[in-house]
Amino acid sequence: MKCMFCDKPATVHLTDIVNKQKREAHLCESCAREKNLLPDEPGPVIDLSAYLQLMAGSPEQNPKKSAAWNDAACPACGMSYGGFKAEGRFGCAKDYDVFSVAVEQLLERAHRATAHVGKVPAAIRREIAATRFAELRTELTAAVEAEDYEQAARLRDLIRTMEAEGRSG
Amino acid sequence: MNLDSLLPNLGEWLRGTGPESDVVVSTRIRLARNLADYPFTGRASPAQKADIVVRVKDAIANAQWPHKLEYHDVPAMPALDRQFLVERQLISRELAAVLEGPRGVAFDAEESASIMVNEEDHLRLQVLRSGFALDDAWTDIDKLDDTLEARLPIAFHTQFGYLTACPTNVGTGLRASVMLHLPALGLTKQIDKVFRALQKINLAVRGLHGEGSRAFGDLYQISNQVTLGKTEQKILNEIKEVIFTILQYERQARTVLLKERQQAEQDRVARALGTLGSATMITAEETMELLSVVRLGIHLRLIDDVPATAVNQLFIQTQAAHLQKIVGHTLDGEERNAARAKYLKTRLRELGTHRQ
Repeated sequence: MKCMFCDKPATVHLTDIVNKQKREAHLCESCAREKNLLPDEPGPVIDLSAYLQLMAGSPEQNPKKSAAWNDAACPACGMSYGGFKAEGRFGCAKDYDVFSVAVEQLLERAHRATAHVGKVPAAIRREIAATRFAELRTELTAAVEAEDYEQAARLRDLIRTMEAEGRSG
Repeated sequence: MNLDSLLPNLGEWLRGTGPESDVVVSTRIRLARNLADYPFTGRASPAQKADIVVRVKDAIANAQWPHKLEYHDVPAMPALDRQFLVERQLISRELAAVLEGPRGVAFDAEESASIMVNEEDHLRLQVLRSGFALDDAWTDIDKLDDTLEARLPIAFHTQFGYLTACPTNVGTGLRASVMLHLPALGLTKQIDKVFRALQKINLAVRGLHGEGSRAFGDLYQISNQVTLGKTEQKILNEIKEVIFTILQYERQARTVLLKERQQAEQDRVARALGTLGSATMITAEETMELLSVVRLGIHLRLIDDVPATAVNQLFIQTQAAHLQKIVGHTLDGEERNAARAKYLKTRLRELGTHRQ
C-alpha cells in the first residue's frame, strides 16, 4: 500500500470507526513525521492533536467537509471550521455549539465519549436544580388534578428531599 | 514577593518527601477553565485580555486559600525571571515566551499552587505535591476551583462540560501528571515495554518539561489523555492503578540490580559523584544524567552521605536561569557550563562527599 500523500510505501496505518463509518489513513514514515503524528524518540505516544487535525481534515471521506462547511463562521468570534482545523483551537465557547456535529465526532475519536460526567460548577448545579424543581412542581399539580395521588405523593417526597438538600448544600 | 527569595528554596515539588518518594518525584494536577463572556485567549483582544486579568486578580485576592497567592505580571518580567519560573514548574514555556499580551501567574510562597492567566485557556490552575499524592492534590485544586468559580462566571456546557480552547482538554479540563524517576527500568531496558503498555490505555509519557520535551535523567511524566466522559475520580484512579504497577516494576528492577551487579552500581555512583565534583565544564543534560545515578545510589543505599534533598537542590539550582541568578549576572552557554561545574564542586565539597 502506498502513502496517501506521496508514493512511498505506507508503514503507518490509522483506522477509526465513528457511527459505524470506518475511516483509514495510510502514511509513510516521513509523511507521518512531517504531520507530527510520530513524536521524536523516545516518546512512543501518537501526537493526539496532530491526529485530530489529520482526521478532521481528511478531505474526500466526509461529505460535511465541503468548502461551504469549512468557511461557515461562528457569529460570536468569527472562527470558521477551516480556521479551527488550521489552528487546532476554538475561538470561543460558542464554537462548541456552532460546530457541534463535527465536535461530537472529534470528541468521540479523542476521548471515546461525547458527554461530560464530572464536576459541575455550583452556579450551574443550582440552575439545573431550579429547573428540575419547577418541572416537579408542574408535574405535581398535574398529578393532583388527575387525582393520581400515588404519583403526587412520590413527587411531593422528591420535592421535599430536594428542598432539604438545597438547604444543607 | 521578590522572585529571588525563592532561589534557596526547593519548592513543593522538589521537597523530596511524600508517599513513594523513592520513585515518585512529584504529583501535579491542572484544571483548564475559561470565563464565559470572553473569546478564548487566542481570539481575545489585548483589551479583553487585560479585562480578564483584572477579573481573575480580583477573584484570586478574595480566594479562600490557606496560603497567600501573589500575582505576577509576565510581560513586565525580565526574560531571566520568566525562565526561572519555567524551571520551577510554576509557568509554562508558552506563557513565558510564546504568548503575547496581558498575562500572568499567581502562586504562593510555598509554590504549592499556581494560577496562570491568559495561557491557552483563560485560567490554568495547578496544584503541586511532593511524592505520589493524587487525592490530596485533587482535594486542594477542587477547593481552589470552587473559590475562584464563586466569583467568576465559568464557560460550562451541559453536554460537553468545562469548555476549553482545545477539544483535547474539554469536559473535566483535568490533566494529572505524575513525575517518576525510573533509572532501573532504563538500565534493564524495560522502559519501552512499560511505555507501550501505557499507550494502549491512553496515558501519555513525556519528559521533564511536558509536551515534546525529551526525557533527561530518567525522569518521566505520566498523564491522562482523556478528559471527557469520566469523572475526575475515575481519571485519577486509572492513573493511580498504573503508577502502582510501574512502581512495582521499577522496585523489582532495582532489587535485581542490587542482587546481580551491586559492585558495578557502586562504581557507577562513585564515578558520577566524582565527575560532578571535579568537572570544570558540564552541561545541564550531563548534570541531570549524573544526578540520576546519584539519586538511584541513595535509594539503593549504596551511599549514605548525600541526602536525597541535596540531589533535588543540585538538580534545580544547576538549571540555566537558576545558575544565572546565583551568579548574579547573565552567562552564555560556555560560561554556564563552567559556572555549573564550579557550583557543583563547591556544593559537593560542602556536603563532604568530594572524594580525593
